[in-house]
Amino acid sequence: MSANIQINVHHVTRLEGHGNIVVNIRNGTIEKCQWQVPEAPRFFEAMVRGRRWDDIQTIVSRICGICSITHSLASTKAVEDALGLQVTEQTDMLRILMHYSEQLQSHTLHVGYLVAPDLFGEKSVVPLVAKAPDAVKKIIKAHRIANQWSDLLAGRTTHPVTLTPGGMTKIPTAQELKDLQKTLKEIVPDLVAICEVVHSVADRMPAFERPTEYISLRQDNPPTYTFYHGGIVSSDGYGPVHIRDWESVANEYVSPQSTAKWCRWHRDSYAVGALARFNNNGHLLSPLGKKVADMFGLKKGCCNPFMNNVAQLAEAAHVVEVSIELIDKLLTKGLKDEKVKVTPRAGRGSGCVEAPRGILFHTYEFNKKGECIAANICIPTNQNHANIQKDFEKFVPEYMHLGEDGLRHGMEMLVRSYDPCISCSTHMLNVTFVK
Amino acid sequence: MSKPRVAIFDFACCEGCQLQIVNLEEEILDLIHVVDVVEWREAMSEQSHDYDIAIVEGSITRHEDELRLEVIRSRCKILIALGACATIGGVNKMKNNFDLNDVKECVYGKDAKMPHLNTDMTKAVDEVVPVDAYIHGCPIDRKEFGTVIRALLLGKRPPVPDYPVCVECKAKENVCRYEYNEICLGPIIRAGCGARCPSSNFRCFGCRGYVDHPNVEAAKEVMDKYGLTVEDLKQKMILFGSKQGHTL
Repeated sequence: MSANIQINVHHVTRLEGHGNIVVNIRNGTIEKCQWQVPEAPRFFEAMVRGRRWDDIQTIVSRICGICSITHSLASTKAVEDALGLQVTEQTDMLRILMHYSEQLQSHTLHVGYLVAPDLFGEKSVVPLVAKAPDAVKKIIKAHRIANQWSDLLAGRTTHPVTLTPGGMTKIPTAQELKDLQKTLKEIVPDLVAICEVVHSVADRMPAFERPTEYISLRQDNPPTYTFYHGGIVSSDGYGPVHIRDWESVANEYVSPQSTAKWCRWHRDSYAVGALARFNNNGHLLSPLGKKVADMFGLKKGCCNPFMNNVAQLAEAAHVVEVSIELIDKLLTKGLKDEKVKVTPRAGRGSGCVEAPRGILFHTYEFNKKGECIAANICIPTNQNHANIQKDFEKFVPEYMHLGEDGLRHGMEMLVRSYDPCISCSTHMLNVTFVK
Repeated sequence: MSKPRVAIFDFACCEGCQLQIVNLEEEILDLIHVVDVVEWREAMSEQSHDYDIAIVEGSITRHEDELRLEVIRSRCKILIALGACATIGGVNKMKNNFDLNDVKECVYGKDAKMPHLNTDMTKAVDEVVPVDAYIHGCPIDRKEFGTVIRALLLGKRPPVPDYPVCVECKAKENVCRYEYNEICLGPIIRAGCGARCPSSNFRCFGCRGYVDHPNVEAAKEVMDKYGLTVEDLKQKMILFGSKQGHTL
C-alpha cells in the first residue's frame, strides 16, 4: 500500500502562525517532503532603526502575542547591555517571576488547547469540553491564573507595560504577591491532575526518535533550571558561549522553503524548547517538575520530539513551585519603590532569554543619542525549522505505511509538538499530499 | 433561529488579539453557546466557506493577502477588524517609513531578491475592503471584544468611545505622565482601554489610533507647557501612527 501519497496541508491548523506540509510519494519513492514557511514577513529589524532606546521594547513585544513577555525581557536586557545599565536584585526577581507566568500560560495553552485534541482524537478543544469536562475546566483555570499572574507583574496579559530599561515602572504590593502565592499553591493539585489526564492518553504519541543537538541556556552560578540567565550550551557538549556571541551559534541562513530564516550549529540542524532545556538542565528541575517527568518516563538524552510536550508539563509544574519560593524571598526582603535614571550612550548589547518554545536572541546597536542604528533578532521557531525538516525526512519513510491520512496526521502532530510560533519567526504551516 | 456562523482569520500580526479571545477563559464556553465558530485556524482543524461574521486580525502586506481578504469579504455579511494591525495597520506600518528594497535588504541581506520574501506597503484592513466594526487596541481588550460581539448579535452599532485616553486616565486619578517628563499620547488617542498603560506608570503609545477629531491645538499646548516640541511628539506617534492619516 501507500505506493502513491500526496499531502498538501496549506496552513496547518492549531498552530501559531502559517506553515505548510508538502509530501509526494510515487510508487513508494519519496519525491518531495517539505516543511514550508509562507508567513508574511514583518521586518522588525528594519523598522526599529531610528527609534529611541525606550521605545524598543514596545515595538518588538509585537513580534509575538504568545511570548510577548519573553520578547520584552530579551529586548530590555539587550538595551541595558548596550547602555551599560545594571538592575537591582528586586527588579531581577520580579522580572523572573513575570517570565514564569508566561511559561505557565503558554505551556498550558499549547498542551491543553492545541496538543490534547490530537491525543483524544478530536479536531479542537471544543469537543473535549463534553468528553473530558473536568480536565478542560482545570486547563482553563490554570490558563486563567497564569494570565492573572501576568496581569499583576506585566500590567496586562499580553505586551507588558511595566518594563523599562534599568528597572520597573510599577511593582506589585506585598498583599498582591501574597494573594498570588496562595493561588499558586492552590493550583498545584490541578496541575498534577492535568498531567495525569495527558498521561492516560500519552501512548498516542509516536515512539519516534532522531539523534538531535539540543541548544538552551545553562546557568552554573548558582546552578538553576534557567529561563533567564546564563550562557548558551549544546547537548553535544559545546559551550557555554556568551550570549553576546549568539550569532556564532545560530548561523542563520535563508531557505527557499521559508520566509523565516533557518539555523544550524554542529549538525545540519538543532532543536530548542522545553525538551532542549530539559536535556541540558533536567537535573535542576523542582521536585514536582521531576515527578512529572518521571510519571512519563522522560529522561535526559531523550530525542523524541513529541516528548517536548511532556517537558512542557514538567516545566509548568516547576515554574509554579519555584515561584512560590521566589515570592517568599521577595516578601522577606521587602518591596522597595526604586527610581530609574538613564543617560543614553552609544553602544551595542545583547539579551537572551528562554521563550516557552526555546532560546531567543536580541541584539541592538545605538548611537550616542540613544537611537537604534541596527538590530538582529533570532527567534526560537526559526531555530527549529531546519530540525522539523530533518525530522520529516526520517519520519515519512518510517510512517508512510499509515497511508495518507495517518501520515498527514502524524506530521501535523510532529510540527505541533515543537510549539512553533510562526508569527515570531515570521508565520507558517500547510500540508500537501500529492497522488 | 440558527446560530450565527463565525470565522476568524489572521494576516500579518503577532496573533496576540486572537489570544485575547482564548483569554476570555471560562466565558468562551458561553460564547460558543450563542455562535458557531466554523473556522479558526489557530485553535481548531475545521474549515468552512460558509460564515456570517468574519473576524480579521492582522495587516495586509502582500498582493496575495489582498486577494484572500477580498474572498473573505465576499463570503461574510459582517466583517470585524480585530486589533491595531487590522484597524490602523499597527506597528507594521513603521515599515512604510522606509524604502521597501532597503527594508528587505536590511533583514534578508543578499537573499532579499528571492521572490518568496516579497513585501508591499502595509495596509489596514479597511484600505483593502469595507469594514463593518472595529475592535481597537494592541492587544484588544477582551471585555470590549465581548461588548462589540454582543452589540452586533443584537443588531446594534457597537459603542466605541470617541474621546481621548486622558478622560479615562483622569477618572483613574493617575498623575499625568508629562509630570514625569514623559511624552504620552493620551490627549489624542481613542479611549476604551481604561487607560491601562498610564495606570501602570507607562506612557500611552497610541495603539487604539486617533480619536475622530483629535484636538491638535490642545496637544500643542501641552507640549509648550512642558517645554517639549511637536517633533518630540511626532517621534512617539511613529510607533502606531505611521502613515495613519492624522498628523500634527
